[in-house]
Amino acid sequence: MSGVLVVTEQREGAWNKMSFEALAAGQQLAAMLGVSCSAAVIGAGLSPLTTELATRKLAQVFSVQHDLLAEYTADGYVTALEQAIQQSGAEYVLFPHTYQVRDFAPALATRFGQVLISDVIAIHDGPVFVRQLLQGKLNADYRKPSAASPQAPCFVSVQAGTFRAESVESGEAAIVAVELTLASNQIRSKPGERFRESAQTVDLAAAPLIVSVGRGIKEEENIAIVQELADALGAELAASRPICDNGWLPMERQVGSSGQTVAPKLYLAVGISGAIQHLVGMKGAKTIIAINKDENAPIFEVADYGVVGDLFEVVPALTNAILAAKS
Amino acid sequence: MKIIVAIKQVPERDAPIAIASDGKWIDEDDLSFTINEPDAYALEEALQLKEKNGGEVVVLCLGPERVTSTLREALAKGADRAIHVELDELAGLDTLAVAKMLAEAIRPESPDLILTGLQSDDLGAGQTGVVLAELLGIPHATIIMQVEKTATGLRVKRELEDGWFQHVEMPLPALLTMQSGGNKLRYATLMGIKKAKSKETATVSPGEPAAAAIELARVYLPEKQKKTEMLKGSATEVANQIVEKLKFEVRAL
Repeated sequence: MSGVLVVTEQREGAWNKMSFEALAAGQQLAAMLGVSCSAAVIGAGLSPLTTELATRKLAQVFSVQHDLLAEYTADGYVTALEQAIQQSGAEYVLFPHTYQVRDFAPALATRFGQVLISDVIAIHDGPVFVRQLLQGKLNADYRKPSAASPQAPCFVSVQAGTFRAESVESGEAAIVAVELTLASNQIRSKPGERFRESAQTVDLAAAPLIVSVGRGIKEEENIAIVQELADALGAELAASRPICDNGWLPMERQVGSSGQTVAPKLYLAVGISGAIQHLVGMKGAKTIIAINKDENAPIFEVADYGVVGDLFEVVPALTNAILAAKS
Repeated sequence: MKIIVAIKQVPERDAPIAIASDGKWIDEDDLSFTINEPDAYALEEALQLKEKNGGEVVVLCLGPERVTSTLREALAKGADRAIHVELDELAGLDTLAVAKMLAEAIRPESPDLILTGLQSDDLGAGQTGVVLAELLGIPHATIIMQVEKTATGLRVKRELEDGWFQHVEMPLPALLTMQSGGNKLRYATLMGIKKAKSKETATVSPGEPAAAAIELARVYLPEKQKKTEMLKGSATEVANQIVEKLKFEVRAL
């Protein structure tokens, strides 16, 4: 058993672009271990995608195709990928850390008696896989224990933005069709059409200036002071998930993995601790200013300017200073 | 419908974190603990399903003695009974070992539905529910916002990325991992707290934990990705410094 296998993600023939970040991670891990990297594509009607991957530096491209895989189901994917992984003989199986991977990869790892090392932010020599704990307050090194079964692969999912899709190396790969045993009665759930709640009326992605509010605001009526700051600055108001969960601001103003991804000129984070699900949605901002009472809040790891202090004092003072500067 | 809600007790969000002397976890001595937030949403969904469809809500938690406070709180909110899988030492256990112990406790109950949060606030692996479903041989769906009982099973609303959703239909028994925000969380009433005292908590001992498939070798403070310039002074002084940055660096003013 050797080699790295990257399981890519596509829907209706279009790549999830995190697939290429996972491929970059796979190639780098394979280089570190001195082994080859292969990839798997799963679904139906995949030939344009497998042909595309055959132009990358990969040993093999496994085509995991079946009519029953046209639509994603956890049962279909687990059953099919179990067979593909066995055929590949891979020692490490990498995934992009998408919502879909979160839905099936833990069950797939269980089939092999293994545990997925999820949402990895770095891979070091060893190999050691780094992931975050306690909403980003700590990092942790994970590895396969030396006593673990050498016959079972190690499963790893890679966080968005950790590896660069552009760094995937080109080359030539052989396409291998995986012969699947898969029957419709193995698929127990029935997925419906994808939909959006309502037309988005706020396009945060296009806003050059964003003021964003988090849990530190404590009460719904306090949102007003952050709204005043946003108005003074001419910025869009955004929020982290808990604010929208509470219904204090509409869901369409949420920034993060389940909301919008933004890259404004300015992201001013007020009372946001910076859980990883939030950071992935905003760490591409050009300048990040954070106001938080906890000096260890993970938001300060990505901020350019930080203020450790009481937002209920700093925010009104800042609003006044901005209005004074503008007049 | 008999529903089991698997909950976890985690450190309070604002708790000051200190790394334990062995460098493999945090020092728990002075921490206060609470219910994992997504699990609170799982409990809320279970209570609402019971109110609509009848049945029983059983809360399940693995951990040392301290977790009984979280179970009592769930009983006070309206769960009918509790199962405490008592285990003092959680360090070194991986998701599969934990899920196996939970599965052992769940099997004799033969529930129609198992609910849990989509991930924990401490380890954040986001896998226990899915692994549990696989061990029990039942279908699952993750990151669920709404649950509806149908004639043949369930219809659930699953959250996808970037504001997309999808309905999924599935037969029972099944397992769902719940996203936060689908419902408004209730508080325990005085009457609920009183009633909880007469509700049953069964304590069970798990078997020997399975050997770990992955190992947490070391925890540490993250290195900063950027050099953060900290602005100091009174609120007014800090505000003036930010205005300077907004004017001359961000060019937003």
